Amino acid sequence: MAKPTIRVQAQDFDLAAETHLLTEGRYDVGAVASFVGLCRGEGDTLTALELEHYPGMAEKQISTAAEQACTRWPVDGLTVIHRYGKLYPGDQIVMVVATSRHRDAAFDAARFVMDYLKTDAPFWKKEHRKDGQAASWVDARDSDDAARKRWE
Amino acid sequence: MGAPVKLVYFAWLRERVGLSEENITLPEGLSTVADLLAWQQSRGETYAHAFEHLSIIRVALDQNHAHHDEPLGTPSEIAFFPPMTGG
Repeated sequence: MAKPTIRVQAQDFDLAAETHLLTEGRYDVGAVASFVGLCRGEGDTLTALELEHYPGMAEKQISTAAEQACTRWPVDGLTVIHRYGKLYPGDQIVMVVATSRHRDAAFDAARFVMDYLKTDAPFWKKEHRKDGQAASWVDARDSDDAARKRWE
Repeated sequence: MGAPVKLVYFAWLRERVGLSEENITLPEGLSTVADLLAWQQSRGETYAHAFEHLSIIRVALDQNHAHHDEPLGTPSEIAFFPPMTGG
């Protein structure tokens, strides 16, 4: 079973470099599926997004989801990186890359990890706005819970 | 009396409580997570405000998510936070 790589970090990441690490020198991998989440500008109203996390538990929850994905699908490699700290519109927030022999496992594993991460990984977003109003915490969305429940 | 427990707070719960963490000895007789939350509400105005809407408060015992009806056990770290909005 593949051993996932999990990183929670302030600095940016490079999807191409992370993908290369999972495919370099391997001729059994036939599929790479990746997802990158970006900070939206929300119609040019947002100056920054502040991402708070629970160190330790954040890594642990992402690892749990990633390990479940590796058990559930024949995944060859899985890397998940989530950033924290102050991010700006256009910045990368999160990435998942999954490799497998065939596409279904790679697609499903990547999506499963993202859906679990949204509801179970302890990160919170606070929006700083251009209009000078007080920064506000983003509310959780019911659609995220629904997305997670699909996999149960 | 039990050993002191580390309580940690995140996001708007941290802001409302006014602390990111505190070490405290819990009172006797808290058997479930819900009991712990009710005790938090009783700790004065600041806590009553922070813990006003219990249905949207999540609890983690030693970094594992716990439902409000679960037994509290004897964790060394208890976290309180709103629903998560990562990804």
